[in-house]
Amino acid sequence: MNIVVCVKQVPDTATERKLRSDDKTLDRDAADGVVNELDEYAVEEALRLKEAHGGEVTVLTMGPDKASDTIRKALAMGADKAVHLVDDALHGSDALGTSHALAQTLKKIGFDLVVLGSESTDARTGVLAAMLAERLNVPQLTFANKVEVNGSAIAIQRVTDYGYDKVEASLPAVVSVVEKINEPRYPSFKGIMAAKKKPVEKLGVADAEIDAAQVGLASSWSEVTDFAAAPPRAAGTIVKDEGDGGAKAADFLASKKFI
Amino acid sequence: MSEVLVLVEHVEGQVKKVTLELLTLARKLGAPSAVWAGPGYSAEAKAKLAEYGAEKIYVADSADIADYVVAPKAELLAQLVSTASPAAVLVAATAEAKEIAGRLAIKIDSGVLTDAVGIGEDLVADQSIFGGGVNVRSRVTKGTPIIAVRPNATPVEAAAGAGAEEQVSVAVSDTAKTAKVVDRVKEEKGARPELTEAAIVVSGGRGVGSAENFSIIEKLADSLGAAVGASRAATDAGWYPHQFQVGQTGKTVSPQLYIAAGISGAIQHRAGMQTAKTIVAINKDPEAPIFELADYGVVGDLNQVVPQLTDEIAKRK
Ligand SMILES: Cc1cc2nc3c(=O)[nH]c(=O)nc-3n(C[C@H](O)[C@H](O)[C@H](O)COP(=O)(O)OP(=O)(O)OC[C@H]3O[C@@H](n4cnc5c(N)ncnc54)[C@H](O)[C@@H]3O)c2cc1C
Ligand SMILES: Cc1cc2nc3c(=O)[nH]c(=O)nc-3n(C[C@H](O)[C@H](O)[C@H](O)COP(=O)(O)OP(=O)(O)OC[C@H]3O[C@@H](n4cnc5c(N)ncnc54)[C@H](O)[C@@H]3O)c2cc1C
Repeated sequence: MNIVVCVKQVPDTATERKLRSDDKTLDRDAADGVVNELDEYAVEEALRLKEAHGGEVTVLTMGPDKASDTIRKALAMGADKAVHLVDDALHGSDALGTSHALAQTLKKIGFDLVVLGSESTDARTGVLAAMLAERLNVPQLTFANKVEVNGSAIAIQRVTDYGYDKVEASLPAVVSVVEKINEPRYPSFKGIMAAKKKPVEKLGVADAEIDAAQVGLASSWSEVTDFAAAPPRAAGTIVKDEGDGGAKAADFLASKKFI
Repeated sequence: MSEVLVLVEHVEGQVKKVTLELLTLARKLGAPSAVWAGPGYSAEAKAKLAEYGAEKIYVADSADIADYVVAPKAELLAQLVSTASPAAVLVAATAEAKEIAGRLAIKIDSGVLTDAVGIGEDLVADQSIFGGGVNVRSRVTKGTPIIAVRPNATPVEAAAGAGAEEQVSVAVSDTAKTAKVVDRVKEEKGARPELTEAAIVVSGGRGVGSAENFSIIEKLADSLGAAVGASRAATDAGWYPHQFQVGQTGKTVSPQLYIAAGISGAIQHRAGMQTAKTIVAINKDPEAPIFELADYGVVGDLNQVVPQLTDEIAKRK
């Protein structure tokens, strides 16, 4: 099975994240780039499927040069090779543009299964997997906490408000995962060393047959008009429980008319 | 006045509160048209939608629409966009409705904004990003704006609309029927309000200590008519069911009041509750990061503080 995992580099959520004042896009230089957390679960699931069914795992990342760190991390976990979609023309793409670029690349490199995280920690739109299914015209198997492949049949449990749906389809398909699905492995020392020699193919807009009129900031379907740091939350009142902590909390709730 | 399509969120035939929020918002932007997708439509639902301003109600209640993942609903909305030429399409910022919005955006070649916390008359949306650290205003520049609005972020006000019903027949295409829902597994929910809709949420974390001890969280929630939530540590431990997880990979809640007991306040938890209006934290560690967010915090053992709070609320009712 030819599995492609989409991995995004995002700013570390532990550092302060900012937008750039010039073009109002994410300031990727201001914070350390890390693998989007859920994408580690996506890589893990791809590796498990490969271990069970054979095949190959390819990492696909769209992002600037420095995203190569993220790619190495996914390769160190055990993925076989990577495609790095990198081109200044892609900077500032919105969800429609990003999904176009990734879909074109996926068509070019081929796949039986595409695995994504269900949401990134920076933009958090949660739409990419659905958009890829739409663009690639393959089944959408998203928000999975369980994936089973049997020949060309694939089934997932899709997490819902009330529990989960069992969903069935056949390959090729797009899957997105939630964090309940597995526990991602840590790269071993051997894995880290091996990753350095694994092939990473760099593709630009033209190589991947991406329509330049559909990507980049100027071609986006939406724009940020302005932004500002949120006013800091006023410091709260913190009391130590001296046997009356519950009663004091009740006083606070009463003062706010909750009781 | 142009129509504004509002995709109705419903569960067991009941219209969810977020839909009333969207109708209230839509009235500022044009003539609200509610879109009912899937089975369960009733006279009661119709009355509710009209009460909150739906001028039209499009009803597409065939089973096909709900029997396949997301794609049929996106086809339905695309069809309505082409016939009604609305000024905008509003959906709730739930996991599924955002996916519908995403596929719709491609079908109708229009921009999509997710997790709006408000929309101005000029269709400029307010978004709160980076865990509430930055406020952004953004707008769609191509096509019909599709905006996913976060539940509980905007007010609800009744104002009657005509509620003219229109049956819509959609021939769901074969390509939209490739991911089939073969079973729906409902996990125990109980009588409490739904997490994303509740005005008050009481959540427990690892500090609660066990599944049995979650009863003290439930009792506090019941005394306030609140929903119960849990941190990932609590759901992973099996103390509380997964669908009650609050956070980055759980539910995003914006209640009037959020009470966190025995929760440290990890960034992934904060991502799901940071926009609560008032936050109360109970934690035995004075250094717990949750106190940075709290409007009111009690440093103490939740086994003492929570039951006392529950008793005090009962006394003062
Ligand atoms: C704060 C902020 C808000 C934004 N809001 C919007 C908005 O409302 N509408 C809009 O159209 N755009 C928006 N954008 C632009 C958005 O970041 C990009 O379109 C982005 O590439 C895809 O969005 P996402 O990360 O939210 O995807 P999600 O759907 O949340 O990500 C799901 C998965 O998609 C995969 N993936 C995502 N990006 C990549 C990538 N570059 N390479 C490989 N795999 C990837 C990963 O597997 C990831 O886990 C926003 C950007 C920021 C920084
Ligand atoms: C990809 C990914 C996604 C995630 N998504 C989520 C998510 O959606 N939601 C989420 O919540 N987390 C999520 N997490 C996990 C998150 O990082 C934290 O691990 C989690 O929130 C911790 O839960 P907790 O606060 O209950 O536990 P802990 O961090 O262990 O905190 C327990 C707290 O309880 C206090 N305590 C202990 N005993 C008592 C007592 N008797 N009385 C009072 N206080 C007491 C302690 O002082 C401590 O502060 C995610 C992590 C990852 C990697």
